Amino acid sequence: MLYAPHVTRTIQLLEPSSAATVVEAKASGDALWLSKADLAAATGFELKPEGLCRDHLCYPVPPGREAEFVRGDEVNVAAFWRHRGGAVAASKSGDVWVLGDAEDEQRSRFDTLEAPDFTLPDLSGELHSLSDYRGRKVLLATWASW
Amino acid sequence: MWQKLTEQVGPENLTVIAVALDSAPGAPDAFIREANATYPVLNDREHHVAELYNLVNVPQAVWINEEGRIVRPPEPAGAFDFLNKRGPDTTQEEIAELMEQGRRAKLLYLDAIRDWVAKGDASAYAYSEAEARAHFAQPDDSVREAHVNFRLGQHLIAAGRGDEGRAFVEEAKRLHPESWAMFREAAEKLESGPMAGIAAAADFAERLAERAAANKPYYTPIDIDGLPS
Repeated sequence: MLYAPHVTRTIQLLEPSSAATVVEAKASGDALWLSKADLAAATGFELKPEGLCRDHLCYPVPPGREAEFVRGDEVNVAAFWRHRGGAVAASKSGDVWVLGDAEDEQRSRFDTLEAPDFTLPDLSGELHSLSDYRGRKVLLATWASW
Repeated sequence: MWQKLTEQVGPENLTVIAVALDSAPGAPDAFIREANATYPVLNDREHHVAELYNLVNVPQAVWINEEGRIVRPPEPAGAFDFLNKRGPDTTQEEIAELMEQGRRAKLLYLDAIRDWVAKGDASAYAYSEAEARAHFAQPDDSVREAHVNFRLGQHLIAAGRGDEGRAFVEEAKRLHPESWAMFREAAEKLESGPMAGIAAAADFAERLAERAAANKPYYTPIDIDGLPS
């Protein structure tokens, strides 16, 4: 990749459950280093002594690979996402990064058959979430103009 | 189809949520206005819902019960795979018969939905948890890679970085050959005739033939008694 490593720059980070979040990050090859605060703001994951945690679920940092995931106040979110079985893609200049729906969450939803929540706009721009319709049966149907 | 269903059984606790897998800004707007829908019609430019539910075509549907549990995973929403049953030698009579089969398939599928609305999880069409898992195709690494490439590509295209974005969309299509939604979004549109504006040009026909040769239907069969297999 063409960008200078270890230089903090503004990037857009797209996470499965949200639109683009603007964060300060250091991108270097396959690595994307964020401060703990930005990681929490963009993904909901917090670095704790037991590992990277969200909603009572913690992922221990793999022993022997600490340097790949954490350095000082920063976390390599790309390495962590791949560790969870999540795909990661970045623009050529490294200014836009996308984190995908991770395999660990897909497996857990497959076990519970829980319908994943999402929020999307209608034609007038009003946002609707699947969870708004809890308590009703929902037929979720795709269509397209093509 | 969904408007009529909403009027019939909406008051009995069913909400249809229609999600347009349309990336071009404004592409579905005219269709949405024309449908005069009283149910939510949402715009999913980056195929987020397709990523979460492993959806690959339109129309596909997922049945979700009152507790937010999937009771029928993604399947064609009453759509019948007649494209692969039609060849250069198919007669007008045979086409009429295929259309009739398609019409019956849609009616049976709508009947199944109404049965579920009336009986809930006790409906024969609402799967047990084990049956639901058995019918629920899960994404693999390649599909997961495809979706991040697709989302990145559409995000860049929307930001005015078309050439860079389209390369990521192409990579997504390569990684996820099961997805007709990714393929047809970027496919050539017919310029004239009754299907003008529809992505059913030569590249679609070619793709359809390739997939058929690999024994991959355009629509997978719906596991409901009486529907074409």
